[in-house]
Amino acid sequence: MKRFLIPLGIFVVLAGFLFAGLKLNPREVPSPLIGKPAPDFKLALLSDPAKQLSPADLRGKVWLFNVWASWCASCRQEHDLLLDLSRHGVVLIYGMDYKDQPGDAQAVLDRFGNPYVETVVDPDGRAGINYGVYGVPETYLIDKNGIIRYKHTGPLTGEVLEKKILPLVKELQQ
Amino acid sequence: MRLWMIVLALCLPFAAMAGEAKPMAKDPVLEQRMIALSENLRCLVCQNESLAGSHAELAEDLRQEIREQLHAGKTNEQVIEYLTERYGDFVLYKPPVKPITWLLWFGPFALLIGAMGGLYSYIKRRGNRLVDEPLSEEEKKRVAALIGNNGNKS
Amino acid sequence: MIPELGHFSLILALLLALVQGTLPLVGAARNIPAWVSVAKPAARAQFLFVAIAFGCLAYSFLTNDFSVVNVTRNSHSRLPEVYRFTATWGSHEGSMLLWTVTLALWTLAVTQFSRHLTDDMVARVVGVMGLVSFGLLLFLLVTSNPFLRMPMAMDGSDLNPLLQDPGMVVHPPILYMGYVGFSVAFAFAIAALLSGKLDASWARWSRPWTTAAWAFLTIGIMMGSWWAYYELGWGGWWFWDPVENASLMPWLVGTALIHSLAVTEKRGSFKAWTVFLAIGAFSLSLLGTFLVRSGVLSSVHAFATDPTRGLFILIFLVVVIGGSLLLFALRASHVGLGGRFALVSRESFLMVNNILLLTATGAVLLGTLYPLFLDALGLGKISVGPPYFNSVFVPLVTPLIFLSGIGPLARWKQVNVPELAHRLKWGFGGSVLVALLLPFTMGEWKPMVSLGCLLSLWIAVTVAISVRGRMRTGAGWSANFYGMHLAHLGVAVTVIGVTMVSTYQTERNVRMEVGDTVTVKGYTFRFDGAEDMEGPNYRGARGTLEVSRDGKPVSILRPEKRIYTASGMPFTESAIDYGFTRDLYTALGESLDGGAWSVRLFHKPFVVWIWIGSVLMALGGFLAITDRRYRASRKKGRAEA
Repeated sequence: MKRFLIPLGIFVVLAGFLFAGLKLNPREVPSPLIGKPAPDFKLALLSDPAKQLSPADLRGKVWLFNVWASWCASCRQEHDLLLDLSRHGVVLIYGMDYKDQPGDAQAVLDRFGNPYVETVVDPDGRAGINYGVYGVPETYLIDKNGIIRYKHTGPLTGEVLEKKILPLVKELQQ
Repeated sequence: MRLWMIVLALCLPFAAMAGEAKPMAKDPVLEQRMIALSENLRCLVCQNESLAGSHAELAEDLRQEIREQLHAGKTNEQVIEYLTERYGDFVLYKPPVKPITWLLWFGPFALLIGAMGGLYSYIKRRGNRLVDEPLSEEEKKRVAALIGNNGNKS
Repeated sequence: MIPELGHFSLILALLLALVQGTLPLVGAARNIPAWVSVAKPAARAQFLFVAIAFGCLAYSFLTNDFSVVNVTRNSHSRLPEVYRFTATWGSHEGSMLLWTVTLALWTLAVTQFSRHLTDDMVARVVGVMGLVSFGLLLFLLVTSNPFLRMPMAMDGSDLNPLLQDPGMVVHPPILYMGYVGFSVAFAFAIAALLSGKLDASWARWSRPWTTAAWAFLTIGIMMGSWWAYYELGWGGWWFWDPVENASLMPWLVGTALIHSLAVTEKRGSFKAWTVFLAIGAFSLSLLGTFLVRSGVLSSVHAFATDPTRGLFILIFLVVVIGGSLLLFALRASHVGLGGRFALVSRESFLMVNNILLLTATGAVLLGTLYPLFLDALGLGKISVGPPYFNSVFVPLVTPLIFLSGIGPLARWKQVNVPELAHRLKWGFGGSVLVALLLPFTMGEWKPMVSLGCLLSLWIAVTVAISVRGRMRTGAGWSANFYGMHLAHLGVAVTVIGVTMVSTYQTERNVRMEVGDTVTVKGYTFRFDGAEDMEGPNYRGARGTLEVSRDGKPVSILRPEKRIYTASGMPFTESAIDYGFTRDLYTALGESLDGGAWSVRLFHKPFVVWIWIGSVLMALGGFLAITDRRYRASRKKGRAEA
């Protein structure tokens, strides 16, 4: 009477998935941009609105692209990590000030320190949409050919840096 | 009566001035298209709300983006492609039919057909099995009834 | 002191549940009358202590005892008293306690209304329910203690504004009465499997219990849908949110179970299948509890989630569901076949009904969990939303509704097809004709409207034919018969509501200055401005819209925009003019410059029919329970006792 075992079999499979589901985060949206060229933009610099920066200018470099804002509380959480990273000069960090007042953003950098080589300003969030930003902070790792290799949503943690980002940076810098 | 007419005539311009409320959208037809489209898209920040229903800022921005793209003459498909390029299939409340979603789309109907087929053959087989021993089944029922009565009395 | 009393009561209840879940089961298996007789008193005592615990928690909420974590997180001193009471079940911990109280209440009901059952059977049923209760109480005490204390807080962080609504006073208890009520059918099924006595009397015993739980669940879901309609401010009434799906799945299987129980009781067929459905309905209730609380799915309504809790409930699920299905696999094959029936018979119609309902359940389950499946397999993230469910659900439900017209007219054993066709041909022809023409009266012909009307008319017509047929034979009152037809009519009414509102709804999103008017489907709305207002725990603005039709006043609507002081959460309180053939729905959007507001206005034809229909379904269920058949055996039992 094997057919009476079918419900049990289905349930076991289901329970297995549910168990796996406990460790997953349903809210995290993976980026379809990984492995694709970083979307282009030409945005004014926070330090000098007369100058502009575009990803093409950074060809040949491995860089972290960190999307942040002065109004974003969880951005403060990762700020010290970013400062550390830039102090050690492991990787170039560029920032994007997302939907923000430039004055507020500058005030944050003045007060907490500036980990960024440069910060570009995206006042209406258009460049953000192109990068698929849905919650600040978000961090992208872009290689020498301008390809996005990794994306982290939410504040960076030491663990993510150590285990995911830094090894990848080392590999890409070779 | 005539006085009424005059009063009415005087009131009319005022009524017109207070006026019809204007639609929030500049182009209601385009707005309808935008809403219809964004109802099938998922808001990324708020989760489990459609882009049409969400009050989140990103949803607002994306609705504006859709509006502009539609205004620029893009088709619904092009707008959807634009969004999936950036946010992946996650934004689509109606998952595209691909090999990995075949089970999702066709599973229920396959289940239905399979179950109907199973029921048909079950009834056929069952009928045959019952034909073999129609009397014993009668007896079983009588026995069951007796047991039931006993159960009640004890 | 009071919270400690509650905590202590929970521990006592846990111990009593352990006694209730072990001694009677062992006693029934080994034939030890003394152990069997423990069942009823243990169940009653367990109910007493769970109720005391619940009372203590409610007391803590009502008296603003902010030394209790749960109270601090979910209440506020300025919260109106009624909502302080409902906040008792507004949190994860409190609602789990409500679950347990409800389970204890159903168990108590079983002990009260079981005089016609053998002692062994009662012992087994109550024992199984005791084991379930033990698991839940352990879960409460280990991971979700509602009585946890902390240093006294100044004030609470307030109840979620969405839950500060009269609907939330009754919706959760009734919904839980439904969910948890399936535990009785489940316990009967397990008891039958354990005892090996799977006869028709088993089906007759568990039928009224199942119908009662189903009717409560129907009302509970209906209230949730209605609440979403007026409270979320979007005018929608069903969103296919995982939480809604979690309540819909047991309802669908419960519906299948009710129908399959009818076959098992009357004809003795499908015994194993019926047992399977009884296990399935309650399993899906438990699964729903897991989905809402574990954080594996994201939902608008989900509780604050915690992986430890998720793991605990999952283990509980594996034990309860896995154990039951294993028992089912071991015992179900020994079940007899039951009465004979032909390929075209009421039995086979009911079986097709079951297959359609189960396929619909499968589709909802698949759609709800598919994102999880893909994610767990590393195949990417997708979303499954309303477009999927609508496009899969409608083709499954359409034949189901059509069948519910024929089913009651079909004979048991074998249908005389020409005779049935003869009885139905005028009704069918008439339904088709009217359904084709009816949409024209709404101004625009649409195929889906005709389909919806056809289904409704078809049910109405077949119900009429069936009732007339019964009257002609001179058969007397049968609560079961009329209850069934009332419930089927409810389906017809709901289908009309769903069809009309999803096709002919009109929506306007306008900017209104003071004195501005807008006309929607002949109703003129005049905006008389919005004034600031202050509530007990919120402030905001209240707009005034005067509605008139052909110059005659219809209603004055006052939609509100609130900001809750403690949480800072903004909130839209819609204002609705309810009507039998249409609702006028208004909600305030944003405040614009110069006293103007953005206002959303809806004309929703026949929308209340959705809920009227659901109420009729539930009433049909409650009516069916009063059938003499169930009462007679009870009275007989009492007389003999």
